Amino acid sequence: MSSTAGAERRAAGALEAEILAIVRAADGPLTPGEVRQRLAPATQAGPDQADGQRGELSYSTVVTIVSRLHVKGLLARQRAGRGFTYTPVDEASLAASRMSQVLGREDDHDAVLSRFVSGLSSRDARLLRELLASGSPAASRADAEDGEVG
Amino acid sequence: MWLLYLPLVIPALAGAAARPLAARLEPRHATWLLTTAAVALAGCSLAALALLAAFAAARAPLLATLGDYSPAVMRRGDPISAAAGVAAALALTGAAVAVTVMVRNRAKALAESYRRAAGLPAGDSVVVLPGPAIEAYALPGWPGRIVVSARLLGCLDERRRTALIAHEQAHLDGRHHLFATVARLAAAANPLLIPVARAVDYTVERWADEHAAAVTHDRRLVAETIGQVALLAGPGPRAAAGMALGVTGRRPGRVSVAWAGPVPRRVAALLVAPPRRQSILLAACSAIVLLAGVAALLAARDLHTLLELAQGPR
Repeated sequence: MSSTAGAERRAAGALEAEILAIVRAADGPLTPGEVRQRLAPATQAGPDQADGQRGELSYSTVVTIVSRLHVKGLLARQRAGRGFTYTPVDEASLAASRMSQVLGREDDHDAVLSRFVSGLSSRDARLLRELLASGSPAASRADAEDGEVG
Repeated sequence: MWLLYLPLVIPALAGAAARPLAARLEPRHATWLLTTAAVALAGCSLAALALLAAFAAARAPLLATLGDYSPAVMRRGDPISAAAGVAAALALTGAAVAVTVMVRNRAKALAESYRRAAGLPAGDSVVVLPGPAIEAYALPGWPGRIVVSARLLGCLDERRRTALIAHEQAHLDGRHHLFATVARLAAAANPLLIPVARAVDYTVERWADEHAAAVTHDRRLVAETIGQVALLAGPGPRAAAGMALGVTGRRPGRVSVAWAGPVPRRVAALLVAPPRRQSILLAACSAIVLLAGVAALLAARDLHTLLELAQGPR
């Protein structure tokens, strides 16, 4: 059983690499459906098996893999209608994403970066919403107190 | 000899005053004042500790023999106890270790940042991070870079993007990380100055916010951008600390901007008129810092006079 699971994992890794190659080779953004179409001829052994292979690799599997590649920072995505289209990430962004991972890991490295916003406590988040909803801090302070009583 | 304790007391005063000053002063002035005050006060307090230790050590018979002065005269003229001297020497050692560690770590971090910035492709100063993170930061370097995640850019409209980029560009152009680093070094030398270093972290953000407001001609736009990004980013690594700060010594029912974390305070500051130049306040603060320096100098002169007295006529 475990060897089968390992084989599946390897297959998933190979599939990721294949899908990445397909998106990189494409002229423009691809939807998961288009990725699946381009994937099918490559994975089939012969023309006779085309339908069988296409059936095995479900649409949702392709969506899962492209989302995973997006989370890994290897694919960029843009909203298109109800879904997303995917494009490869350029070299600069890849370098930046590797750098960001390294810098984020250590406190001292993080200290030299000027972040746009620091962390928000739940209290700060509430206060922020009140501030932005009203015109001035004074008014929102009064609102906050009213809110707390209730 | 009470003069010697003045450079040790004034940093505590500065620590207490840092946050109100950061809220009141124009951010650029506040940054300069707080950073130079931190350095000057750290220097003065280290000098005062060194003098305290020296006064106490000067009473040791061995040193008296070596320096060819009368230990009896030293003892009579010197009100510093041996215990105070030892405590000062220990504090001085601790400060030296803390500063060394901080210098090494920050130098490494800055070198890493410069190396990484140089490793990014030349040309565009804005680098877009792929992936689902909500991130925006200025990466110090030569040239420095602005790193923004694609997802964040996608969430902001054109004008808010301009505000965000203007803010980060102000950090890079103003070399704000240097102010923050220098203030942290001073705080490492004297932990009483930690609130001052925190205030500098805040005033450089305010400095960049005011710059963004000047570029976009819209204070409310910048406030809304900060708010939107902060709420998108959600709780960060400092959230727990911020919450603890917000609750300290307050009734749970009270919410006021003065006790909130940096983000609501920045937003609140942008929703009112820009801060004015406050020359009198600036001058008063400078005078107090100067007082610490004068006290340290006078104490040093006292030690010198005492030593000359103890050495007697040649």
